[in-house]
Amino acid sequence: MNSSKISRRLLVNRLFRTTVCVMAMLMVVPLMAILGEVLFRGYGYLSWEFFTEPTPTAYNAMTAIAAGEAIPGGIANGIIGTMLMLGMATLVAVPVGILCGVYLAEHREKKLAMTVSYLTDLLQGTPSVIIGIITYIWVVVPMRGYSAIAGSVALCVMMLPLIIRATEETMKILPASLKEAGLALGGNNARVMLKVQLPAAFGGIFTGILLAISRVIGETAPLMFTALGCSLIRWDVDKPISAVPLLIWEFFNDPNLQDLVWGASLFLLLFVLFLNLTAKYLAKKWNS
Amino acid sequence: MNDKVYRSLLLVAACVVPIVCGGVIYALVTDASAAFAHFGFFQFMASEAWDYTQGHEQYGALPFITGTLMTTFLALLFCIPFSLPVALFVGEYFKGTAVATVLSTVIDLLAGIPSIIYGLWGFYTLRPLIMSLNISPQGSGILTASLVLAIMIVPYASSLSAEFIKMVPSDLKEGAYSLGATRFEMIRAVVFPVAGSGIFSSYVLAIGRALGETMTVTMLIGNTNQIPDSITATGNSMASIIANQFGEADGLRLSSLVAIGLILFLLTALINLVGKMMIKRARIV
Repeated sequence: MNSSKISRRLLVNRLFRTTVCVMAMLMVVPLMAILGEVLFRGYGYLSWEFFTEPTPTAYNAMTAIAAGEAIPGGIANGIIGTMLMLGMATLVAVPVGILCGVYLAEHREKKLAMTVSYLTDLLQGTPSVIIGIITYIWVVVPMRGYSAIAGSVALCVMMLPLIIRATEETMKILPASLKEAGLALGGNNARVMLKVQLPAAFGGIFTGILLAISRVIGETAPLMFTALGCSLIRWDVDKPISAVPLLIWEFFNDPNLQDLVWGASLFLLLFVLFLNLTAKYLAKKWNS
Repeated sequence: MNDKVYRSLLLVAACVVPIVCGGVIYALVTDASAAFAHFGFFQFMASEAWDYTQGHEQYGALPFITGTLMTTFLALLFCIPFSLPVALFVGEYFKGTAVATVLSTVIDLLAGIPSIIYGLWGFYTLRPLIMSLNISPQGSGILTASLVLAIMIVPYASSLSAEFIKMVPSDLKEGAYSLGATRFEMIRAVVFPVAGSGIFSSYVLAIGRALGETMTVTMLIGNTNQIPDSITATGNSMASIIANQFGEADGLRLSSLVAIGLILFLLTALINLVGKMMIKRARIV
């Protein structure tokens, strides 16, 4: 009687453990399925031309398909657009984000810091499509046209809270003695920050920047209303420009270009996962 | 650099965030006001009309609010049976082992996949599957979007839950074991009550993510402007109607879309605020 009760409890215990393990391990399936599908369907498109040629017109693609040839062209316009906009966004978001993060870490109890901290959370939680609307109102309407600048403003607003948080978190775990030692040696606050605290926090901040880039590089919605897209390779910052995720969206919607979608997705996916894994590896290396 | 310059530099940088947030709210409110003034706030929220023929313009947010709430709620429902085991796996059963590191890396990578690629995968893999199972004839719809959305929010829910599960003090756990509890009984009687509010708050934040998810939903929800009558029906969410129509809209329609954006913004802000407050409280306990 008693032993059967115990064996039932043990059975429940074992069942629960098995369920937990099985359900948790099932999460490997979607990752493998997505990676597998994109890899399998996309690797055939990766060629030199795919990275150096701009997107073909629907007409060119159609004639190529009709003639039974591979679709000419590639995603060079998207890669250049992504790099250009991401570069501009990073150039603004990194210094501002680091300074703001330092402020938050240095003045924790001040009212302004608490407000800024809350608003950073608010900004971080704002859906990306809303950032797109906002940038449209802020930049596209006054400039009377879609542009690379507008796209980079959207990306910058999305990166900012991520970099602020990364900086703040890293600065907070630095030992206070580090700063005190610097001050005791006669440096002023600015010098101690620049020569002691920031170098010590470099690893965490750099990881945060990589993660922020990997987070926004795949963003499509905010770019649809700001950068718009363009099938030419161009470097002008005041004209519409393309980006890799925008091209994926374009290919997805255009039956003539649908084949290109997998090559572009594979490129984007590999790039994002590479950034993620690098950030994770660096974080581990610098922490130990 | 002297201290005065340094301090004012920090102050200026800190003010950027409030300025940006103020700008967000100001721009949304000004551009949405035309729609609210024309239709009235509550009528706009409760109307299910979406007609942009010239002269008969009628816009309402109800179908999209319903679509967003339905996809979010279903995604949450589908996500719990996976995210809770992941959190227990990483935070309790295999805490600190190599297997747990592998699983949490997998989860991190899932969080990193861009939403447009989730959408593609859902469109080309999950949608045919749903069609072949005869669940819905067109394959896309609320259910399809929610399933992919569920996979997307598992990382957000599980990694934060795992942190809270890890923080459960081991003397409490050992107390349960010393009374003869099995591991399952210990989890039920100690881990869940102690980490419960933290786990709950991680789901609140996951909801915040799901509400605003755009591309995946746009690609999978079917894009019809009506109130979905079942979970397999097509519909539109607040984010997806904006993604679909913002580029071609002007005048009153543009203003209505911004108004929907404002509602979405307020909704996510509220959910995130509640989530963050709960986390703060859970950390203190």
